[in-house]
Amino acid sequence: MNTVNQYLDHPEYNYKVVKQFAVMTIVWGIVGMLVGVIIAAQLAWPALNFDLSWFHFGRLRPLHTNAVIFAFGGSALMGTSLFVVQRTCQTPLISNKLAAFVFWGWTLVIVLAAITLPLGITTSKEYAELEWPIDVLITVVWVSYAVLFFGTITKRKAAHIYVANWFYGAFIVTVAILHVVNSAAIPVSLTKSYSIFSGTTDAMIQWWYGHNAVGFFLTAGFLGIMYYFVPKQAERPVFSYRLSIVHFWALIAIYIWAGPHHLHYTALPNWAQNVGMAMSLILLAPSWGGMINGMMTLSGAWHKLRTDPILRFLVVSLSFYGMSTFEGPMMSIKTINSLSHYTDWTIGHVHSGALGWVAMISIGATYHLIPPLFGRKQMYSIGLINAHFWLATIGTVLYIASMWVNGLMQGLMWRAYNADGTLTYSFVESVAASYPGYVVRFLGGAIFLLGMFLMAYNAWRTARSGTEATTNVQPQVA
Amino acid sequence: MTSFWSGWIILLTAFTIAATTWLLFANRYSTSKEGDTTGHVYDGIEEYDNPLPAWWLWLFVLSIVFGVGYLIFYGLGNYPGLFGWTQTKQYEAEMAEADAKYSPVYERYAAMTIEEVAEDQQAMRMAGRLFNSNCAQCHGSDAKGNRGYPNLTDSDWLWGGEPEQIKTTLVNGRQAAMPGWEAVLKETGVHEVSEYVLKMSGQEHDAAMATAGEKHYQTYCLACHGPEGKGNPMMGAPNLTDDVWLYGGTRMRIRETLIKGRNGQMPAQQDTLSAEKIHLLAAYVYNLAQ
Repeated sequence: MNTVNQYLDHPEYNYKVVKQFAVMTIVWGIVGMLVGVIIAAQLAWPALNFDLSWFHFGRLRPLHTNAVIFAFGGSALMGTSLFVVQRTCQTPLISNKLAAFVFWGWTLVIVLAAITLPLGITTSKEYAELEWPIDVLITVVWVSYAVLFFGTITKRKAAHIYVANWFYGAFIVTVAILHVVNSAAIPVSLTKSYSIFSGTTDAMIQWWYGHNAVGFFLTAGFLGIMYYFVPKQAERPVFSYRLSIVHFWALIAIYIWAGPHHLHYTALPNWAQNVGMAMSLILLAPSWGGMINGMMTLSGAWHKLRTDPILRFLVVSLSFYGMSTFEGPMMSIKTINSLSHYTDWTIGHVHSGALGWVAMISIGATYHLIPPLFGRKQMYSIGLINAHFWLATIGTVLYIASMWVNGLMQGLMWRAYNADGTLTYSFVESVAASYPGYVVRFLGGAIFLLGMFLMAYNAWRTARSGTEATTNVQPQVA
Repeated sequence: MTSFWSGWIILLTAFTIAATTWLLFANRYSTSKEGDTTGHVYDGIEEYDNPLPAWWLWLFVLSIVFGVGYLIFYGLGNYPGLFGWTQTKQYEAEMAEADAKYSPVYERYAAMTIEEVAEDQQAMRMAGRLFNSNCAQCHGSDAKGNRGYPNLTDSDWLWGGEPEQIKTTLVNGRQAAMPGWEAVLKETGVHEVSEYVLKMSGQEHDAAMATAGEKHYQTYCLACHGPEGKGNPMMGAPNLTDDVWLYGGTRMRIRETLIKGRNGQMPAQQDTLSAEKIHLLAAYVYNLAQ
């Protein structure tokens, strides 16, 4: 493997911050998914909340979402973006101190989240539950991250800006705007604030934020990962520069409109629902542009899938990305939404994106990065990566299949009528019928989490063992 | 919405879609030959300049055509759309359809008295399903209630158990208002009245304090609960002499009620259910306690 030599040819690049984020991607992945498995178990067996207020579903659910999105996903995005921007701009980060501040600041945000959310300190805004002092800290860290990223781009030695950096850049700018607007609140004490928006406006701002957290954090950012690590791992040119331009601008122009589909058949005005649905449907093609560009990049390199489990992670993540970005527009159609809304189908949809796309591509990119970051030729065990790949795939499939079944069943039970026009089922009957699905979902999540433990072990052995890789490389570095 | 904002929304939407369409067609064709790269190399990564896949381009165009068509038919801003669709109209149309379909089933019972309906097996099965969908959330699927929610299966009634009284409760809802007495009675007074209430309901109590409490009772409580504590269904004031307690009959619970007051609320069903369905439910509730 020449990647180690290749990546170590610029000793002035800041790989320390990349290494820190790469390690924390694995750590926070395990923490966030463990909390997810716990709350999945609580839904199947409610006694597992042990009557402890801080261990209750309502307290742990936001901890799970914050940990997987912002701690696990955030670490993957920040680490890879700071790596990619240096590699593709052929220049070191503008400031190592600022890089350290971004890492430790982000870690502090996550630790504060892990303390305050179980204590019940919350704004109650979904995916933005953290209270105002933490929101201020997030803003400071995020602006520092933006300065670090864009500052490095301005000092680039390459004439053009590589497409991965466009996606990272759109993600950084848009998330800043979303965070500041949605979290705007009036504090009444250190731990309590009230949103400056109210009623339907608040709901619309919340879902403008919520859907674009999906669109720019969980999609655009991870497409940045895709555009660097897929061609790197496949050692093939990107399929179409032209396609990347068109789908980039179309994606960021259209995604920002899609939020109202979360509020179909509510107090939101009809026209806002209409435009949300229309834009969500138009979003299908721009979303698929990324999948096509990733998949077609592999043409001529498909045989590598037989031997390279890292490439398998990347390709399967693109498949799940394509599937969930088809499912999303479909679920935004009012007729389908009236069946799927408020059911487990939504949770299944989210996790086909979260486990299948976001987690798998992060895992693939992290496996690609760990050996060079620790000065090793390759991961300690390719067999363990392969085992992880299958655990992750089986876990994801069990998760989303059980939620599809549950969601369709719940939607159909809620709209079933008797001959006299009364509802056939009371709500609690649909909860009881969901039990088998909850158990399968728990198993799927637990299997996915097991794979993460294999990854942690593999990464630890890679970091600790195999000095021969280092000795091979040392002369090249020197 | 003012016409300015309506125009803003329509223009912004049209601009976004038009700009996206332009982007798509302006970059459709590639001038470079197949297999040519753009010439840029980023950290060893090259890029081909392949044209946009035709199937993808036409999928994009199709979705734009559908999206624009949808907005023309369903409306945007103040423009109501060719169909004039609103979710309220859709709801009303679906409800009207359901009413036309199902109301003959209920009309048969509307002409009968509540007592007669309560004897009808078929009616009670239908009413049981209505109860599970609309009432069980508070009163429980066994109708035995919970703390703060009355048991409907016993013979104790806050607002009266005659058929028409039950129906009135369902149609208009009920709003109980037990004031908090802490400011008037102070802590000692609250404790004394609590002992008297315990005495009235035949529970273990402090005799001296109960005697003192009786004086307070005759001043403040008698108006609603009556001189003997038997309550008053006109105001939903509970009988204090039996062992049925809506908010708990222990010393601590009674003190809590006296200190903070209680505001039990039964929502009016006429806002959500048809008169015929309420008629069936009244018979069902009446039947529960028989």
